[in-house]
Amino acid sequence: MTASPILDVRHVSKRFDGLLANDDVSVSVARGELLGLIGPNGAGKSTLFNMIAGAFPVTSGEIWLDGTDITAVAGTRRCAHGIARTFQVPRSFDTMSVLENVMVGSFMRTASASTARIRALETLEYVGIAGRAQAPAVDLTPPEKRRLEMARALATEPKLLLLDEVMTGLTPAEAKAGVDLIRRVRERGVTIIMVEHVMEIVMPLVDRAVVLHLGKVLAEGKPSEVVRDERVIKAYLGDRHRAA
Amino acid sequence: MTAQAFFQVLASGLLMGLLYALIAVGLSLIFGLMDVVNFAHGEFLMVAMYATFGLWAIVGVDPVLLMPLVIAFMFVFGAAVYLGVVRFAMRAKTNSGMVQIFATFGLAILIQGVSQLLFSPDYRSIPASWLGGRTVSIGGVFLPLPQVYGGLISVLAFAGLYLLMSRTDFGKALEATREDQGAVALVGIDRNKVFALGWGLGAALVGLAGSVLAIFYYIHPQVGGPFALVAYVVVALGGFGSVFGALAAGLIVGVVESFAAIAMPPAMKSIPVYLLYLGVVFIRPSGLFGRL
Amino acid sequence: MTPRRWQLVVLFAVTAGFVAVPAVLRDAYLLNVLILTLMYAALAQSWNILGGYCGQISLGHALYFGCGAYVTSLLFTKLGVSPWFGAMAGGCVAAVLALALGYPCFRLAGHYFSIATIVIAEIGLLLVHNWDAVGGAQGIQWPISRDSWWTLQFARNKAPYVYLALGLFVITWLVTYWIEGSRWGYWWRAVKDNTEAAESLGVEVFRSKMAAAALSAFFTAVGGGFYAAFVGYIDPESVMTFRFSLLFALPAVLGGIGTLWGPLVGAAILIPMTEITRSYMGGSGNGVDLIIYGALIMFIALAKPEGVLSLFQRDAKPEAAR
Repeated sequence: MTASPILDVRHVSKRFDGLLANDDVSVSVARGELLGLIGPNGAGKSTLFNMIAGAFPVTSGEIWLDGTDITAVAGTRRCAHGIARTFQVPRSFDTMSVLENVMVGSFMRTASASTARIRALETLEYVGIAGRAQAPAVDLTPPEKRRLEMARALATEPKLLLLDEVMTGLTPAEAKAGVDLIRRVRERGVTIIMVEHVMEIVMPLVDRAVVLHLGKVLAEGKPSEVVRDERVIKAYLGDRHRAA
Repeated sequence: MTAQAFFQVLASGLLMGLLYALIAVGLSLIFGLMDVVNFAHGEFLMVAMYATFGLWAIVGVDPVLLMPLVIAFMFVFGAAVYLGVVRFAMRAKTNSGMVQIFATFGLAILIQGVSQLLFSPDYRSIPASWLGGRTVSIGGVFLPLPQVYGGLISVLAFAGLYLLMSRTDFGKALEATREDQGAVALVGIDRNKVFALGWGLGAALVGLAGSVLAIFYYIHPQVGGPFALVAYVVVALGGFGSVFGALAAGLIVGVVESFAAIAMPPAMKSIPVYLLYLGVVFIRPSGLFGRL
Repeated sequence: MTPRRWQLVVLFAVTAGFVAVPAVLRDAYLLNVLILTLMYAALAQSWNILGGYCGQISLGHALYFGCGAYVTSLLFTKLGVSPWFGAMAGGCVAAVLALALGYPCFRLAGHYFSIATIVIAEIGLLLVHNWDAVGGAQGIQWPISRDSWWTLQFARNKAPYVYLALGLFVITWLVTYWIEGSRWGYWWRAVKDNTEAAESLGVEVFRSKMAAAALSAFFTAVGGGFYAAFVGYIDPESVMTFRFSLLFALPAVLGGIGTLWGPLVGAAILIPMTEITRSYMGGSGNGVDLIIYGALIMFIALAKPEGVLSLFQRDAKPEAAR
């Protein structure tokens, strides 16, 4: 791991109406790393994810991006700092075409419509839905919508990409194609944090996994170590018991 | 201001507020049920007033006795509007909010035209009612009998609505549809039927208000507009979809308006009400009792 | 030529067509209908900037219309300022007003926002109604003067008003066209479609809404200034009531909300129909004009929710048809 992490989450807590959703969470992500953020339902993954993305503020603690304290930076401005995200339930701009959707992302780095168009087309090519560029976003299939979300986020040229359960609900073939895409994005040098509920999907893909449980960091390390961790197994088993 | 004058203004404000709440609650109910704002709500009120007037002119019975007939008519009318118009407005894939606004706005103009055709643009009133022109005195506070009657009807309607929502299958179906439209289909409740009944109920409630208002207010094709505006403010102030928010907001609006009318030129009495709405939503963007 | 550039060709053709009309059409009544149609097309285009592109459904634009009409009339009748400058001044006042009102209002969502715009416009109406310095309930009468392009008074020949209304429409169209192709246009449509997703992509949501509101208010007020000069008499009821707010939104919605041509198509259907039913059937006061008018609005809204324009665009680029 390099000396200066690209993302440094320091002692972050979040309280919702008395409920402590995140309790003194510290996570640091190295440049170029692919980190899996996992945990059973209600572990506080989404809370942490949304605080990094800036969707809502922290109660206490600090978030540093590439040597800058971005704790107080509003959600809209975090994109300019280099953070991009996808949504668990894809949120496409439904009155716009696929290309136009991605252009909104490109406009983060350019004010010129023609430049934005060229970059958006390149990004669509890259994620593999260039053929659908002129289609209305509302007509895309669910896996295509996931790719559109990814293209839009990549078009903002992020340093850090936050992926919120991008594999959920995909068929095995679609998931495999998704994994390939994430690998390629990562090879471009983009640091990635993936939030996933289902361990089986993320473990083969990520460099390192952080397991949250009841709002705290339960374990972190190589995927192979984490899956053997007694506490992690117990947490997930408990979750399954509750679900059953 | 003397204590007596204060209570006089307060009491008339509360009575008007109860009526405002009764006018507004149907709008709120329909919104809560299916996220549709009915821009013909004022015309529903107007139809109920003309229905009262028309029945009175034909049958010659006191308007108080005609009330059940009027609300039955309005129930059918509301359900018919849902089945004939609103049902189709909900089919729009994009931009459905605007479609609903303008479909119901078109309906409002259509209803105004029909009323003008049937009753002429003249101002009508029902001169002879048991209640008309009489007042009661409670502790030195004088209250017009029609308004007292209206207040009682409103309190009873809200009590009835409470029982309906909490005790009956229809109430539970309404609640279920409000909570989760997808789940309803799974449970096997016929959405269309619940919506049609909801529109019927909403129209019947505003019809109740119309049958009262017809006793002491002029009836003409444009009478609905100002009341509709008050109803929108009441519903939004209380929080869209909140039935008892509408009651509380109606009372607040009635009282504020009543005091404003003596503190400034009566033509401007609505300004404090509007400012109150803005003040509330700027602090609480979903109204007093609304969920976001 | 890109499909977008072709739109300019269409605009040129449409403009040329309208310019020719006064040469062949002399009937004062029909010219009046044409002037109103073009004016409402321009006003609906102005509304479309905020409502159609940015998705903020204002039902209080009568406030800005009234603002333009009043500023123009007051400057002309009290200080003798030409309506050319009066309308500009009215536009600037309206834009500042829109920014001041937008600051608190744009925190509100959906119906709460729309009702706030209605209520604010009503407050404006009541204030003007009871404000004697601006004419109160009596309104403002423009003095009768010689025909002049400086005072925009044309008593005999109405053709200049056709050109003025057409000019206003062309300018609002060009501004919308330019925005549609710029970053602002993409930002506004993103805000309309999904505010949270827009924010996550760095779209300046609040600034987008404020910019759209100021521009929309400016042109609505310029339209109000034109209207005041055209009719020569204004009072609160004739420029500031809720009905006007709906009439600015209606052509855009019926024609095709958030599209370049929707406002003109909507106005071209709605305004002649309103005027014709009113003159041929409204005189008796039997309400038949209202029945036809209301039924048509309802019918278009239900039959073509995307607007009449979508009838012609089925084969065109798909994003425009939606």
